[in-house]
Amino acid sequence: MTELTDLTLAAARDLLDGREISAVELADAHLERIATVDEKVQAFITVMADQARTMAADADAAIAAGEAQPLTGIPVALKDILCTVDAPTTAASKLLEGFVSPYDATVVKRLRDARAVFVGKTNTDEFAMGSSTENSAFFTTKNPWGLDRVPGGSSGGSSAAVAAREAIVSLGSDTGGSIRQPAGFCGIVGMKPTYGRVSRYGLIAFASSLDQIGPFARTVEDAAMLLGTISGHDTNDATSSPRDVPDYRAALGEDLTGVKLGVVTEWTGQEGVEPGVQAACEAAYDTYAELGAELVPISLDYAKYALPTYYITAPAEASANLARFDGIKYGMSIDAGDVLESYLRTRGEGFGAEVKRRIMLGTYALSTGYYDAYYVKAQKVRTLIKRDFDTAFERVDAIVAPTSPTVAFSIGDRTDDPLAMYLADIFTIPANMAGLPGIAIPCGFSEDLPVSIQVLGPAFGEEITLKVAHAYERASGWHERRPEPVA
Amino acid sequence: MKLDLETVEHVALLARLGLTDEEKATLQDQLSSVLDHISVLEEVDTDAIPPTAQVIELQNILREDVAGAALPVEAVLKNAPRTEDDFIKVNAVLDQS
Repeated sequence: MTELTDLTLAAARDLLDGREISAVELADAHLERIATVDEKVQAFITVMADQARTMAADADAAIAAGEAQPLTGIPVALKDILCTVDAPTTAASKLLEGFVSPYDATVVKRLRDARAVFVGKTNTDEFAMGSSTENSAFFTTKNPWGLDRVPGGSSGGSSAAVAAREAIVSLGSDTGGSIRQPAGFCGIVGMKPTYGRVSRYGLIAFASSLDQIGPFARTVEDAAMLLGTISGHDTNDATSSPRDVPDYRAALGEDLTGVKLGVVTEWTGQEGVEPGVQAACEAAYDTYAELGAELVPISLDYAKYALPTYYITAPAEASANLARFDGIKYGMSIDAGDVLESYLRTRGEGFGAEVKRRIMLGTYALSTGYYDAYYVKAQKVRTLIKRDFDTAFERVDAIVAPTSPTVAFSIGDRTDDPLAMYLADIFTIPANMAGLPGIAIPCGFSEDLPVSIQVLGPAFGEEITLKVAHAYERASGWHERRPEPVA
Repeated sequence: MKLDLETVEHVALLARLGLTDEEKATLQDQLSSVLDHISVLEEVDTDAIPPTAQVIELQNILREDVAGAALPVEAVLKNAPRTEDDFIKVNAVLDQS
């Protein structure tokens, strides 16, 4: 039999339901794997070994009682920006060290209700601000395909954990690419659902008009199963959609005859795209043509403005959201005598450099005299970016594009140049600006590191998005490769 | 355009961020460079374009104004650095003179 830590969610589900393995065995195998490889990978801030064993025993009882759901007994890792009552939630910040939430995030509660098994909380850039996990206040996670490389970010711990077989699936959050980019760098599947598809209650807020929680997995089918479990309306998140949640697994298919896929003209041959990435993506488009899809050139005229639009919108919203970290209600607190001085010192010493940079940028963009020139201007350009997509989706069913312009870069390479770091997100940010679903899937290798394409769908078009991704995955087989450095 | 030191200090105070002199100097350079990058948006004609308020179809999510289930006081207070009875304790915010 396949090693327990190599099982897909779908395969583990069958074995659990057939009582060929137990949830406790599956949890123990993953905890042992974490004990073996996480010294090298450093995906986890907190390993939840005791909780996992208890949850696994509960899962076995639920399975024995005939109450298994898709995630029952499945080892799951959670980005450490999702609140959990039974483990600290740090957001990889000194400012929240030791904080234990009095409530579970809605996605955490849904997984708990489904009797999933939490193996731990994963590393991220501080407050999800970054593209490499190098902004974590604690340590940098390593890419399982090359331990001197970043795993991507901000959800780099969640993506490295799944790539290194430390969890079968995991959750991350995507504000400008923070699920898709690390999934791409780590050679796995990562999906940002439509804005509103998944409740953000209990997700520590970064940029509220952009943030969305989504799954990491080693196959599209597994991502579909996890998405189905976490999706749906929540009265605790007024932006969550009341639309029904379809059976995403049932939407998967392998025949793409008649499906129209847009290829973005402006992104082909764009400056900064590595030749190895360009070549792998073009080969993937050829595979799509062989699968019966019709490739249609489309134009996203305003997508080139998505990055500057993002770097007004996200910091502005972050500067408001992060005002809550004042050292009074929870977290780190420096009492400097008077209130103002206590705020200044707590926030000045608690936040890391990137978080301060974004709070400063956002506060500036929202300050008197600049609000119209920056924030309102950005929201107008955002309208144009969204209209481009609306026009495109009148002609195509989905869009295929590179996930990132490069493969995983070396640790330390970009830390001195914030703008170079921000450029890692040029292809992922437009979907956040428009609120659209996107899924990153492996499409080959360059310099022995994974390359990824993303499939973008129309709003609430998760089914076609997953179907298009699944068909390519089955035809290409890239998902079957394993990272040698953690073999 | 390079931000002047006074602007950086003013924004830091608005944001309630205590910064060292070294941090202020670094931020002067880094914020200026990001703002330069952002200034490309000026070339986009947006005169007739409405700003995006939200990207999905939901509007005016209302609920009845009735109390629902809430967390117990002790659960809410357990992370607070300083408490007294059922309250979070803070330094005086009003001038006592």
